[in-house]
Amino acid sequence: MDPSIILHSGIATGTVLLFATIGELLCERSGILNLGVEGMMLMGAMSGFGVAVSTGSPWLGLLVAMLVAGLVSLLHGFVTIHLQADQVVSGLSLTFLGTGLSLIFGEGLSKAGTISLLPSFGIPLLAQVPFFGPILFDNHNVLVYLGYLFTPLVWFYMNRTRPGLHLRAVGEHPAAADALGIHVYRLRYFYVCVGGLLAGLAGATISLAVSPGWFSEMTTSGQGWIAVGLVIFAQWNPLRAAVGAYTFGALRRLILDLQGPTSLLGVRNPFFYNPYLGFFLQMVPYAFTVIVLILGSREAARKRIGAPAALGLPYVREERG
Amino acid sequence: MSTATVRKRRIRIPYRIAMEPRLEPVPAWMPPLVSLAAVAAALAVGAVILVLVGGNPFSTYAHIARASFGSLGVFSDTLVKATPIILVGLACSLAFRMRLWNIGAEGQFMIGAFGASTVVLAPLLPESTPRPLMLLAMIVAGTAAGALWGLIPGVLKAKLNVNEIITTLMLNYIAISWNYFFIFAVWSEGGFEMSRVFPRNAWLPRLADYAQQVPLFRGLTTHLGLVFGILAAVLVWFVIYRSRWGYEIRLIGDNPRAAQYAGIPIVRNTILVMMFSGGLAGLAGVSEISGVVHRFQGTISPGYGFTGIIVAWLAKLNPLAVVVVSLLFGSLILAGREIQPSGIPKLIQGIILFAVIASDVLLRYRIRLSHVQEA
Repeated sequence: MDPSIILHSGIATGTVLLFATIGELLCERSGILNLGVEGMMLMGAMSGFGVAVSTGSPWLGLLVAMLVAGLVSLLHGFVTIHLQADQVVSGLSLTFLGTGLSLIFGEGLSKAGTISLLPSFGIPLLAQVPFFGPILFDNHNVLVYLGYLFTPLVWFYMNRTRPGLHLRAVGEHPAAADALGIHVYRLRYFYVCVGGLLAGLAGATISLAVSPGWFSEMTTSGQGWIAVGLVIFAQWNPLRAAVGAYTFGALRRLILDLQGPTSLLGVRNPFFYNPYLGFFLQMVPYAFTVIVLILGSREAARKRIGAPAALGLPYVREERG
Repeated sequence: MSTATVRKRRIRIPYRIAMEPRLEPVPAWMPPLVSLAAVAAALAVGAVILVLVGGNPFSTYAHIARASFGSLGVFSDTLVKATPIILVGLACSLAFRMRLWNIGAEGQFMIGAFGASTVVLAPLLPESTPRPLMLLAMIVAGTAAGALWGLIPGVLKAKLNVNEIITTLMLNYIAISWNYFFIFAVWSEGGFEMSRVFPRNAWLPRLADYAQQVPLFRGLTTHLGLVFGILAAVLVWFVIYRSRWGYEIRLIGDNPRAAQYAGIPIVRNTILVMMFSGGLAGLAGVSEISGVVHRFQGTISPGYGFTGIIVAWLAKLNPLAVVVVSLLFGSLILAGREIQPSGIPKLIQGIILFAVIASDVLLRYRIRLSHVQEA
């Protein structure tokens, strides 16, 4: 129950959610809702671990995980962009498909043994900063540091660059973007694929670094859905997404640790003496997601900010309006 | 000059695919045919994947067909699997008709099973309660519990505009943990992952119970839940297509703004539809626990709640078609238990759903292949 340990491993766990949330965020900003995050994460986790087992290289695993998830996301892209199908249902099918495929190809992987993990290291000077240093910059895997760099970069890309402006334009008013010569379909395919690549990265972050291995559907245990919820809480802003992701990561770790000590804050720890109460602890991340959504929705309603205007709507060229 | 160089570099395909919007309504025979073709195409794609992972698609599909429609006995088992799918499919159809994405039927199913179990295990009624009263109490308790589980996201959606997709899904996970707590900590039999077996008066009657009168029924496990499913299908059909409330639901689903201007109470309907939908899924849980499992345990659903989503979509949200489509998926789940690897039924469901929504484009557009003349 050491707070610095909880925060330290919360950062690592939160990195998984960070990649998945930002991937979905970029995709939604282009106007496409992809509910298949859970399925794509499972595909990434399975293929990343599988490749790492058979080739011995976690890096190759990471690459393949991203490519595989990016590839299956294109199916969602085709069905929703070109065929203008319902994005909710298509995303659900992607979750089914991804879960099914990863269970099929992951058969036997759970007994595959250990792999060499992605490297963990500390950042020389920063790790010496009191309190925050050891939590943020010591003994983390490489993807955690990638996540630190990634979030501000995505924010800068979205809000301060021309391609970022195009991304937002396509999600807010595709017809206007089209009139300005922006290729709406091409951009939407691109960001659906980016969402897939990042979901694959998130999955591989689990199976190659944070909690290594393949545990069928329990590998992700609903984190893909939490990521979709976090995008709403984040109000489509990558910085808020990062806050949400790391908070959730710490929460997940806290729940695990709550069952350890015999006394909590000086009183008998009920979770230690009655382990069945742990089932209520397991509900906490999901209940917390609902609460976070309620808070996010209220705030969004008050400030009148929120979803990209064209989110979930197919764009048809001849119906320009 | 520049156009000449461009022409050299590009490979020119002499055909072009054009999509023309259909201006006239499609003939009535077309939608079912397209759906059928989509399912066939999905099974073909599934077969290719099966070959890729080293399976034999012919024997797999033949196995599914034989293990689900091969004899009266297995067909009865298929009906048993189809029963909860019908009810859950109806729950989804109703909510989806209003474009309310209730994907929490799995959790509502679980909580429905919990509600029914409390009657027997808490116990709310003594063990000697006459069977009809006991069953009625279980149905009421389970349906109410499911409705309550649907009410939560319904109220959040209606009053605070909280995305119901996420809340219903999160409530699935919460429901599973909730049930596990009661299974292990309260009603466990000998520390195992299950309660004691319910007394016989808490079992829904099965065909096999009447084998003495009708010898043909010997060993048939089809239970009264199927009748609930079919009655519910007729009821939901009537509600959606023949009642004023159904008209409101359809109008909100098709054009919420028009509905609002017409003075239709969207908030009230959102809450009511989510409750009704949750109640149907809860009833599915009651039927499963009282008709099949006969005890409270953790593994009561191989994902019925999610299959219901596909069934609803495949049936084009038509409650009567839900009954027919549920049979197909009942067989997939029944035979799926024996198919290895375990992901195959889920994969096939995913591909079918993709194929069905993708095939919708054929109903909205005329696809034309035209020859392009070299300019």
